[in-house]
Amino acid sequence: MKKILALVLACVMALSMFACGGNTDVENTGDATNNNNEVVENAGTLKIGGIGPTTGGAAIYGTAVKNAIELAVNEVNANGGINGMTVEFMWEDDEHNAEKSVNAYSTLMDKGMQVLIGTVTSAPCIAVVKEAELDNVFMITPSGSAVASIDAPNAFRVCFSDPDQGIGSANYIKNTDLAQKVAVIYNVSDPYSNGIYEKFAAQAAEVGLEIVAAEAFTNDSATDFSVQIQKVKESGADLLFLPIYYEAAALILDQANSAGLDLPVFGCDGLDGVIGQLGDKADLAEGVMLLTPFAADATDDKTVAFTTAYVAAYGETPNQFAADAYDAVYIVKTAIEAAGITSADISASDLCDAIVEQMTAIEVDGVTGKMTWSADGEPTKEPKAMVIKNGAYAAM
Amino acid sequence: MSSFFSYLISGISLGSIYALIALGYTMVYGIAKMLNFAHGDVIMIGGYIAWLVFSSLGLPVWLAIICAVIVCVILGVVIEKIAYKPLRTATPLAVLITAIGVSYLLQNTALLTFGPASKTFTSVVPDSLGISIGGIDITGETIVTIVVTVLIMVGLTLFVNYTKSGKAMRAVSEDRGAAQLMGINVNRTISLTFAIGSALAAVAGILLCSTYPQIGPYTGAMPGIKAFTAAVFGGIGSIPGAMIGGIVLGIIENLSKAYISSQLSDAIVFAVLIVVLLVKPTGLLGKKINEKV
Repeated sequence: MKKILALVLACVMALSMFACGGNTDVENTGDATNNNNEVVENAGTLKIGGIGPTTGGAAIYGTAVKNAIELAVNEVNANGGINGMTVEFMWEDDEHNAEKSVNAYSTLMDKGMQVLIGTVTSAPCIAVVKEAELDNVFMITPSGSAVASIDAPNAFRVCFSDPDQGIGSANYIKNTDLAQKVAVIYNVSDPYSNGIYEKFAAQAAEVGLEIVAAEAFTNDSATDFSVQIQKVKESGADLLFLPIYYEAAALILDQANSAGLDLPVFGCDGLDGVIGQLGDKADLAEGVMLLTPFAADATDDKTVAFTTAYVAAYGETPNQFAADAYDAVYIVKTAIEAAGITSADISASDLCDAIVEQMTAIEVDGVTGKMTWSADGEPTKEPKAMVIKNGAYAAM
Repeated sequence: MSSFFSYLISGISLGSIYALIALGYTMVYGIAKMLNFAHGDVIMIGGYIAWLVFSSLGLPVWLAIICAVIVCVILGVVIEKIAYKPLRTATPLAVLITAIGVSYLLQNTALLTFGPASKTFTSVVPDSLGISIGGIDITGETIVTIVVTVLIMVGLTLFVNYTKSGKAMRAVSEDRGAAQLMGINVNRTISLTFAIGSALAAVAGILLCSTYPQIGPYTGAMPGIKAFTAAVFGGIGSIPGAMIGGIVLGIIENLSKAYISSQLSDAIVFAVLIVVLLVKPTGLLGKKINEKV
């Protein structure tokens, strides 16, 4: 028995060595081609790095971002690159872990990264932004929505910050007279959900909305919502606000339906994807309203082109994260073009200064809307209110 | 008052899922004397198999259940043979770490095979089974889960107490060395235990995913930990204890969410566990076994 085991282990080891060897070969060939490119085109290769979770619990977000950046980079390269510069995209996994994210950042820097698109999730982003500030590397996070995620002069973001979504939701509900009494179910262990809820509560008090029930759950108890739903039912609310991600929201809609709770539901960009998640119960999503800058089912040319290309390449519908990442590539492209940089033979720090100078001046019309930036890195764009009708998004 | 009953019913419903999972934990612990932390992930695999057969391929329910049970039994026995058997004589700590390793292996295998996004699971229980008593709705899933859990509990108790294999299991549990000297095939008995535990995991996986209709690579992780808590609560190794522990845990969790704080419910659940263990270190129904020197 022991001999067989030893034999198996030896085989595994031999295989893994072979596999590693294989990888190195591929990398070498990659470098060789790039060198050739540099010889042919003087503009050279611009190295864009990306960091996010492609394994672990938040893998769905990192995978979406990685896919969308790849898609956008391929498009850019096919159309002549950025001012003639070919874009090379390098990705590192951080498993939604701050320490690993900083390591991933160092790895990318060693590989010669000049611009960072990332990181995907808020907490690791807060750690990486400090490193990028020290090195003066331009970074733009597609989806790190916590305020501190871009706490550096060289850091920008594509998505709305959490407070902006909370304030926007409260204002929208008040201004359109959707409700007077609001019940909230939120994820207290998630900075995204908690961040929106806190600002929403503050703004609601300001504009005169009454929050009659604020029920929490955590990542560890995100399956059974019967108690929260029962309490919402007894609170006399006339609207249910769900500043959470779609997976939990699908369960809440299902369980609310079984419990006989029939309230209009309002949510933020995290709800995008809820129709697919409900599967054969998709009719439960009918009438759900959400404030989001991107909806995969929207019919404008940009969204249709992006969604079609994404589905063709990866076989699934792009979510909010993919849309933000796709825009991030074009934002970097626009800023570099505006700065008039034509050679990739430039240090990351010089490139960063040039891009940051342009960021507050440019306007980008992406799949998540028309965006401009303030010096603190926050984007200005219009959130669109959508309502789910006949299984698709419709403008409100 | 009616809301109290509705909290109670939903607590029992949640607890019956914990109880079903805890039966598998306690069974393996009781006989093999090891904490199989991969149990929650075998549940997840069972859920995925049922999802593949039933939701994805659209084949009948009974086939989905049979496939899930068969795959989980094979998986459980293979895990035991490859990962745990070589460590039979090692320290309990080594086995525990290995079990955690197996748990991660299964989670990441599922992540790579099925992708990170959770899939929508179609409930295997027809809606028509749900009933309404005095304005309180009880879903079909809850009824089926409770019935199945009770049946399995009774079945296991009878099996362990009145069959030859059950007798062998108790003997192995009591003294492995002596059992071997009496001609009991210890390895086969432990394999059988894992086979039964994994079959239970498959059933638990299907009912878990029917009640909360999603399946992802981490679906089994948290219910697994809660069920382990329930098993300790009821007295680990005791089959009726697992049932009672699970139900009590579910009720405490829901009532504390309802009347104390929805933020703190997990903290309260574990605080109660600590208090119970301080007062009764072997759990509610656990037996104190004196070590013979």
